[in-house]
Amino acid sequence: MENERHSVTGADQTRQGTHVPVDHLSLSHLRIEKTRDGIVLVVIDSPGTRVNKVSSALLGEIETIIDSIERDVTVRAMAVVSGKDDNFIVGADIDELKATTTRDGILEYISTANSILNRVERLSIPVVAGINGNCLGGGLEFCLAAKYRMATDSPGTVMGLPEVQLGLFPAGGGTQRLPRLIGLTRALPLLLTAKNVRPRKARKLGLIDEIVFPYAIRDAAVQKARELAGMKGKIKRRRGRSLVTAFLEGTAIGRRIVLSQARKMVMRQTHGLYPAPLAILDSVDFGYRKGVYRGIEADCGRFADLVFSRHARSLMGLFFAMNEAKKNPRRELARQIKKLAVLGAGLMGSGIAAVSVERCDTVLIKDTALDAAARGMREVWKGLEKRARSGGIPPFERDTLYGKMVPCDDYAMFAGTDLVVEAVFEDLALKRRILSDVERATGAKTIFASNTSALPIREIAAESLRPENVIGMHYFSPVQRMPLLEIITTSDTADWVTATTLEFGIRQGKTCIVVKDGPGFYTTRILAPMLNEAVLLIEEGVDPAAIDRVMLAFGYPVGPIALMDEVGIDVGAHVSRGLGPMFEARGARPSPGLGRLYEKGFHGKKNKKGFYRYDVKKRKGIRQIDREVLGVLNAAAPRKTDEREVRDRVSLMMVNEALLCLQEGIIASPRDGDTGAILGLGFPPFRGGPFRHIDTEGADVILSRMDELAATHGERFKAAGILRDAVSSGRKFYP
Amino acid sequence: MGKGRRVAIIDGRRTPFLRSGTGYYDLMAWELGRFAVKGLVAATGIDQAVIDQVIMGTVASDVATTNVAREVMLGAGLPESIPAYTVTVACVSANAAITAGADMIATGNADVVIAGGTESFSDPDIKVSRRYRRFILDLTMYRRPKTLAGKLKLLRGMKVLDFIVPQRPAIGEYSTGLSMGHNADRLAKRLGISRDDQDRYAELSHRHAVAAIAAGVLKNEIVPVVPQGTGKAVTTDNGPRADAAFGGLNKLRPAFYKKYGTVTAGNSSFLTDGAAAVLLMSEEKAKALGLKPKAYINSYVFSAQNVWDELLLGPAFSIAKLLKKTGLELSEIGVLEIHEAFAAQMEANIRCLESDAFGREKAGFPARVGMVDRSRLNIYGGSLSLGHPFGATGARLLTTCCNRLQETGERFGIIAGCAAGAIGSAILVENAA
Repeated sequence: MENERHSVTGADQTRQGTHVPVDHLSLSHLRIEKTRDGIVLVVIDSPGTRVNKVSSALLGEIETIIDSIERDVTVRAMAVVSGKDDNFIVGADIDELKATTTRDGILEYISTANSILNRVERLSIPVVAGINGNCLGGGLEFCLAAKYRMATDSPGTVMGLPEVQLGLFPAGGGTQRLPRLIGLTRALPLLLTAKNVRPRKARKLGLIDEIVFPYAIRDAAVQKARELAGMKGKIKRRRGRSLVTAFLEGTAIGRRIVLSQARKMVMRQTHGLYPAPLAILDSVDFGYRKGVYRGIEADCGRFADLVFSRHARSLMGLFFAMNEAKKNPRRELARQIKKLAVLGAGLMGSGIAAVSVERCDTVLIKDTALDAAARGMREVWKGLEKRARSGGIPPFERDTLYGKMVPCDDYAMFAGTDLVVEAVFEDLALKRRILSDVERATGAKTIFASNTSALPIREIAAESLRPENVIGMHYFSPVQRMPLLEIITTSDTADWVTATTLEFGIRQGKTCIVVKDGPGFYTTRILAPMLNEAVLLIEEGVDPAAIDRVMLAFGYPVGPIALMDEVGIDVGAHVSRGLGPMFEARGARPSPGLGRLYEKGFHGKKNKKGFYRYDVKKRKGIRQIDREVLGVLNAAAPRKTDEREVRDRVSLMMVNEALLCLQEGIIASPRDGDTGAILGLGFPPFRGGPFRHIDTEGADVILSRMDELAATHGERFKAAGILRDAVSSGRKFYP
Repeated sequence: MGKGRRVAIIDGRRTPFLRSGTGYYDLMAWELGRFAVKGLVAATGIDQAVIDQVIMGTVASDVATTNVAREVMLGAGLPESIPAYTVTVACVSANAAITAGADMIATGNADVVIAGGTESFSDPDIKVSRRYRRFILDLTMYRRPKTLAGKLKLLRGMKVLDFIVPQRPAIGEYSTGLSMGHNADRLAKRLGISRDDQDRYAELSHRHAVAAIAAGVLKNEIVPVVPQGTGKAVTTDNGPRADAAFGGLNKLRPAFYKKYGTVTAGNSSFLTDGAAAVLLMSEEKAKALGLKPKAYINSYVFSAQNVWDELLLGPAFSIAKLLKKTGLELSEIGVLEIHEAFAAQMEANIRCLESDAFGREKAGFPARVGMVDRSRLNIYGGSLSLGHPFGATGARLLTTCCNRLQETGERFGIIAGCAAGAIGSAILVENAA
C-alpha cells in the first residue's frame, strides 16, 4: 500500500508539470533555505504556537517538499531542525486525533502520516535531524525516519515515546524502526514505559549519533548533511552488545524469548487491563516476522482500534484534564512566592521543599530541632544529586538550589515570608498553635497553608487572626512523584490566596484541583468509605488478600488492604475517627475495626505490623496475611469470596462518595473529581475516574447495582441524588 | 560618613566558625559564603531584587573561584543581574568589602549592598614544586619540544623529590620572609609581653566565647549550616574550649621560635573555615523598605605601618587615626571589637594605645591615645577563641559590634584589625537607636 501511494503521488506531481524549487515553496509550518551547494535546511516552526506538533498540515507540507526535492537533482542533502526555543516536535496533535470521530478517519490519518515518513526514509539524499528541546512521540518517529540524528546537550533536550501513557502506541513506525536502530532489548523499555531519555543516554543507546553544543544545532546539521552527501555507502554504526544480547536480538528464537518475557512483565504489572503495551509487543513481533513496511501497515489498523478503545479515551480525557488544570482562572490575582517556609521536615515537608526550591528565592526548613531540618534537607539534596547525575541540571544549579534552603528551629527568620506550608503531625491543637505562632512572626501578606489530609481547614483556622489567609494544600506522598495537589478553600479564604497557591502548585508541576472545605475534603473523603468497606468485608469473613486481588484486577495499582498498610493504620484510624460523625449522620456507621487495630499496635508497614506480615519473607512473591488481625477484627468464619460483590461494594463506595461530593459542591466538576481520584488515589486510570466510569458503564447500571447493595447491606449504599437525576434525565457527566 | 548619604547596617549573619579540617571539610569557600548570604537574606526578610551589589573578601583564593563573590551570590540564589566582586586585604578583607560597599552607598552609586567575606582552609590550593611546574609548563605550553631528546632535556637537573614534594604554602610575609607567628614573637619580646600575659589573655578569650555561646547571645548572628548530604546541622562555633585554662595553656610549647619564643598554638588564632556577611543600605532605602537599622557606619580609616616591627599593630595605628579624624575620645567608644590574631598582638596594641610614647611619636597625639577599658573589649570572645576565617572576620566583628550596641545602648563602637603587609583597619559604628 505504501509503495502504491508513493508512486501515485509521484505521478500526480509529474503530470502537474511546472516544478517549484524547494526554497520557493510557500509554506506555513516550514521555512526552507537552500545553500549554493545544494543542502536544504528545513526549519519546523508552526505558526502561532510555542510548540511544534505533528499535524496533518505539517505532514502535508513535508510531503510537498519531498515532492519538490525528489525532482530536483541539485538538492544533495537535507537537514531538519526546529525554529522553536525548547522543542523539536512535542508529539502528535492530540486535538486533531480527538476531533477525528470515525475509525476510517483515524486510519486515513495514520496511513498518510506513515506513507510520508516512509518517503522521508526512502529519500535518495541523506536527511539529518537536529534535535534541540523536547522531541517526543511523532517527533521522534520523524527523526527515526531520518538517516542521521544529532541532539544538543541542553538540559531541555529529551527524547521519548509517551504514546503508551495515552493508551496508544508509537504507530508512526516507532515500534518498527526503534528496535532496528538500537536493538530490541534497549527499545522495549522506551516503547513500553514512555521513559524519556536525555542526550547522553540517547547517544549511549544509539538513538542519536552525535551530541552537539547548544545553539550549534542548525550549523551542525547542515554541515553534517553536506558531509553525508559526499559520502558513499551506509552510515556505519558500531553497536557494542554482548554475545547474549546479540543472540537475543539477532535470532528469531532469541527475539521470541525477549518478547515473551516482556509480555509476562506487562501482564504482571497491568493485570492485562491495558491493551496498549500488548499492542506494542504484537507490533514489534509482527514487524520482525514480516518486515518494516508490512509491520507499519498493520500498525495503522492496530492504532485505529486503540484510539477508540475505552482506555485511550479515558487516558486522553485525563491528559486533557491535566492540561486544563494547568490553567489558573484567576491568574491576575496570584502573587509571587519568593520566600517559602516549610514546617516539619519529615517525608512530606522535605518533599514539598524539593518541588519548591526551583520556584522560590528562599525556602526555610523549620522543625523542632535543627538536625531534623537537616535530615529533611538531606532528602532534598539526594533528589538534586540524582537530577544532576542524569544531566537534568548542571552541578552548580544543584548546589544553588540546595543553597536556597535555610534550616531553622524557631520563627526568627520568618519575616517577609510569602507562604508557610505546615506538614506537621495531624493534630488539631498542634496545628492551631503553629498557625498562631506563624501569624505572630509574619504579616498580612503571608499565606498559611496546611498540608493536612483530613482536618477541616475551618477548624484549624478557628482561632486565626487572618482566616482569609488560611488555605489547605494537600500534597500526596511522595510529593516528588505524586502529581496531584488538592487545594482546599474555606468560605473565608481570600481569592488572591486561592489564586496564589494554585499558581504556585501549577509552577511546582502539580495537577491541582481546588475543592471546598469539609471533612476529608475530596480525596480523603472518598477514600475513607472505600477502605471502610474493605474492613467490613474482612469482618464478614472475606480473605483480605482476596480483596486486594479483586481490586487489583479492577485496575487499582494497590489493593485497599495493602494501601492501609502503606499509608499507616494509625493514619487510617485517625481519619476514620474524624470523618465518623459525617458518615454516622447518614446512617453509615464506620467500622471501629481500624481503631481497635491501632490500639493493639498495628500501625502498618511503618512498624512492620499491619494486615500483611512484614516480619517474614514473601512466599512466592506474595506477602502473608497476619492472622492476628482477623482476631482483633472479630472476623466471621472464612467464607468464599464473591468477586463481583467485593469489587462492586469496594469500588462503588468511592464512586458514590464522589457523586455526593459533586452534589454538595465540594468539587466543582466531574473533571476535577476524576482527576483527583486517578492522580491522588489510583482510581483505575483506564476507567477515567468515578464519573467517566459511570458514563461508560451506564448510570442506570450503576444505580440499579447501588439499589441492590443498599437493599442487602443498608443505608451506606444509598445512591446520591445526582445519580438518580442522571438516570432520569439521561444526561452524562461528560456530554 | 563625612560627606554623602548615611549608611545603615541592617543586620549581619555568619556561618558557625569551624576549625579547618572539621565540619566544613568538603566545602569550598564559595559554598560557605552563600550559606552566610542566604541566611542574611532570610533573616532580614528582604526581597533579593533590591540588592545592588555584593562584595566579598577572601584571602586564600581558590583559582577555580577567583571572583568568589560572584559564586557566593549565585550560589545563594540571588538574581544573576547583581554584580559582585571580591576584595583581598589579608585579614581585613571583609573590612575592605564593608567600606567599599559603604562608599558606594554614601556616594549614591548603590542603595543596597551585601558585604562580607569567606574563607576555607580545609582544601587550600597546594602547588607542585617550582621545578615540576616549570617542567610541565615548558613541556606543554612555552617550549613544547618536538623530539624525545628535547623532552628529556627538560628533565635535566630535576630530582625525584621535585615530583613528589609540593611547594610549601606561603605563610610568611613576602617582604620580610617572617611568618606572622615569628613576627608576634618579635613583637612580644620588643614590648616585653610575657608568656603569662599572653596565656591569661587567651584563657579570657575562650572563657568569654564559651559563656556567650552558653547564654545564646551569638545565636542571632549565626545561621545554621547543613553541609550538603550530611543531614547534620552545624549550629555553633567549635573553636571555643571550655577547658582552655591558664594552667594548660601555659604548658604548651612555643610554636614558632621554638627555643626562646612565647607564642604558642594556644595563644594564637587557628586556621578556621567560615563566612560572614552584613546588609548595608542607604538610610532612605531602609526607611522605604520598612527596615530598622541596627547602626550606621560613621567613619573609617585604613592605616599602614612598618612590615618588620609594626606588622601586627594595625588596630593601635588605625584606631588612633580614626579617633583623630573624628575628634572622639577612646573613652567615648562603648563597644570595642578588635581582631585577635595573637594574644601577644592584642596585649601589644593595648599597650601602644595606652602608651604616651606611642601616642606622641606614632599617632600624633599629645600623650597616650587612651586607656582601653577591657570590659568593653571582645566580651563575647574573639578570633583567638571563635576562630579567624581570614576573609570573613571583619564582617563578624561588625555584626557583633552592632548587636552589642543594641544591647548596651552605647552610642559608638569601633571594629579594628591588623593584616599582613602591616595594614590596619578601623571602622566607627554609631548606634541607630
